[in-house]
Amino acid sequence: MSDVSQGASDLKHYVNDRPFDPYAAVTLSPEQEKYYLASQWVLMWMKFKRHRLAVISGLYLLLVYLSVVVSEVLAPYSFSHRHTDYLYAPPQEVRFFHNDEFIGPFVYDYDVSLNMEELRWDYTENTAEPKKLRFFCTSNDYAGSTYEFWGVWESNFHLVCPAKDSQFFFLGTDRLGRDIQSRIIQGARISLTVGMIGIIISFTLGLVIGGMAGYYGGWIDSIVQRVIEVIRSFPALPLWMALSAAMPVTWSPILVFIGITVILGLLDWPGLARAVRSKLLALREEDFAVAAQLMGAKPARIIGRHLMPSFMSHLIASATLAIPSMILGETALSFLGLGLRPPITSWGVLLNEAQNFSAVALYPWLLWPAVPVIMVVLAFQFLGDGLRDAADPYK
Amino acid sequence: MLGYLAHRLLVMIPTLLVISVFVFVIIQLPPGDYLTTLVTELQAQGETMSQERLEYYRKEFGFGEPVVKQYFVWLFGLLQGNLGYSFEHELPVADVVGDRALLTVIVSLGTIIFVYVVSFPIGVYSAVRQYSPGDYALTFVGFIGLATPNFLLALVLMYLANEYFGTSIGGLMDDQFKDQPMSWAKMVSILEHLWVPVIVIGTSGTAGMIRRLRANLLDELHKQYVVTARAKGVPAGKALIKYPLRMALNPFIADIGNILPEIISGSAIVSIVLSLETTGPMLLRALQSQDMYLAGSFLMFLALLTVLGTLISDLALAALDPRIRLGADLAK
Repeated sequence: MSDVSQGASDLKHYVNDRPFDPYAAVTLSPEQEKYYLASQWVLMWMKFKRHRLAVISGLYLLLVYLSVVVSEVLAPYSFSHRHTDYLYAPPQEVRFFHNDEFIGPFVYDYDVSLNMEELRWDYTENTAEPKKLRFFCTSNDYAGSTYEFWGVWESNFHLVCPAKDSQFFFLGTDRLGRDIQSRIIQGARISLTVGMIGIIISFTLGLVIGGMAGYYGGWIDSIVQRVIEVIRSFPALPLWMALSAAMPVTWSPILVFIGITVILGLLDWPGLARAVRSKLLALREEDFAVAAQLMGAKPARIIGRHLMPSFMSHLIASATLAIPSMILGETALSFLGLGLRPPITSWGVLLNEAQNFSAVALYPWLLWPAVPVIMVVLAFQFLGDGLRDAADPYK
Repeated sequence: MLGYLAHRLLVMIPTLLVISVFVFVIIQLPPGDYLTTLVTELQAQGETMSQERLEYYRKEFGFGEPVVKQYFVWLFGLLQGNLGYSFEHELPVADVVGDRALLTVIVSLGTIIFVYVVSFPIGVYSAVRQYSPGDYALTFVGFIGLATPNFLLALVLMYLANEYFGTSIGGLMDDQFKDQPMSWAKMVSILEHLWVPVIVIGTSGTAGMIRRLRANLLDELHKQYVVTARAKGVPAGKALIKYPLRMALNPFIADIGNILPEIISGSAIVSIVLSLETTGPMLLRALQSQDMYLAGSFLMFLALLTVLGTLISDLALAALDPRIRLGADLAK
């Protein structure tokens, strides 16, 4: 025996005297631990963050929705003020150099003359005197500066406003001489709210109806399926048109607003209900659902507490993708004159002025309200795409 | 296949019945009926309607009868091809509609063909050359197409055509053919005008279709059988067309059920903007003036068009995919 140990000692045997941790391969580094122990929602957030365009769109939408709270401050003019001397004034260009000298953002005033041949107002820039724009101004020394914040208290505070007794029509004015930029900012309030309220209605309906169909199955399911089929086989817009035309003309604009939102929400749920139903059908046979059932949980609890969370993220993603169709629906209806009515202002109501083609040919700036519509819809598309990709973080 | 067709046709009947109830409820929704509207309007102008005429309308169209009875009178009329009577135009609905229904079908059909013809090659290209500059450019254009409401597109196109070419692109035929009976020359004129509404209505549908075809094809392209086929030396083109493309084609065909309502919706509003001689503008007017039978027939017609389109897509799908028609046969 001693020979053997003798022979082995001839070999160079190196032993590291640092402490040895046999579990080093299994222990997680802090970063790994953070990743593996992260909850589903944290994982989703990590995956969502990698989708650049979606994050930017989300931030943009957040800003736009926040701006709705302070629309009056962002607009240079009170929403309803009519500049009767400036009907159909074209957009004023913001300049920085006057006589090759930098003096900060300013505009030139308009000289107005009546063109008797074409029966329209002609606007020419008066380049003699630059009118500097003011920021964070509180003075009421120009027409249309005073507004009522949310219709409650009076104020003169604006983010940006024209010089004393001057004008600043960044996007021009309309038929009645109202500043289009201010009106677009005002319209955002209604157009964006319609989408939100509409999606809340359709989301709730989709959850409840789809949930019942998927969980109970049987005849409830087949009835719901048939109803969904019928609603989906209807072209949406003519149906919306018919329903909004059915609203009595005697209704106040506010009531019409509520009515339109409800109509948009009431007809949009089938897609969501279908998604909920198919997910529930797949999940209700899972062991954890059966276990909950055996322990005596009520259906509402099983659906709400055990089944719903596992596909809520998908629902939120598809709801986000459904908001644009609501906004576009309201815009289309108001554009046709079947939707919201003045004095309520939405982007669709503004575009209604552009329905008359000869007006658009002469005053193309009436089409400006289309830009925010497209921007917001695009942003919702990107955000929804990002959310959908992130909705299943385990993939 | 015949069994499947019969099955699908039978299912259509209850769907259409429910739709008819739906339409009837909608056109009954506004308070009052056309007669009360008319009478108050005339009274406001200081005129009165002759009592006999009022009585005649009341009797002929069953105003004041129980709603259920009115519904059945309307339904049986529809089944016999009697679309009812337009109060505003004082003509039977069938005469008012004229060839507007036909033109609506032509526009919708043209749009569907446009959507498929354009989206198929672009979708395949985008999937095969994923993340190439061409793919990015097409995706970007597609997103814009999805986000732009088609009535806005119509307005902008009209503005541009007027501004730069000095022509009007509205209408669906040359003026001399309006209210003329259908003829060869009229048909040609319609086809010449068709491309503008077809592009305007079809854009968002095309964009959506491209995205879906691209996603489906990408799913298939990454599967192992494609790798196997390539490894065995099947040329790239053949390995694409023979299997993955056929798999991805299924949803492509089935999607017609989704885009058809979209197209018909879109054509309703675009035809108002472009003042096409289709059902859209007349539906709007009928709804505004509570001309209920006219509006009802239009709604019914549009829904029928959608249901029929879905039927055709289901049949095409069954012809394409044996699993579907065999599944239906087995279910019997």
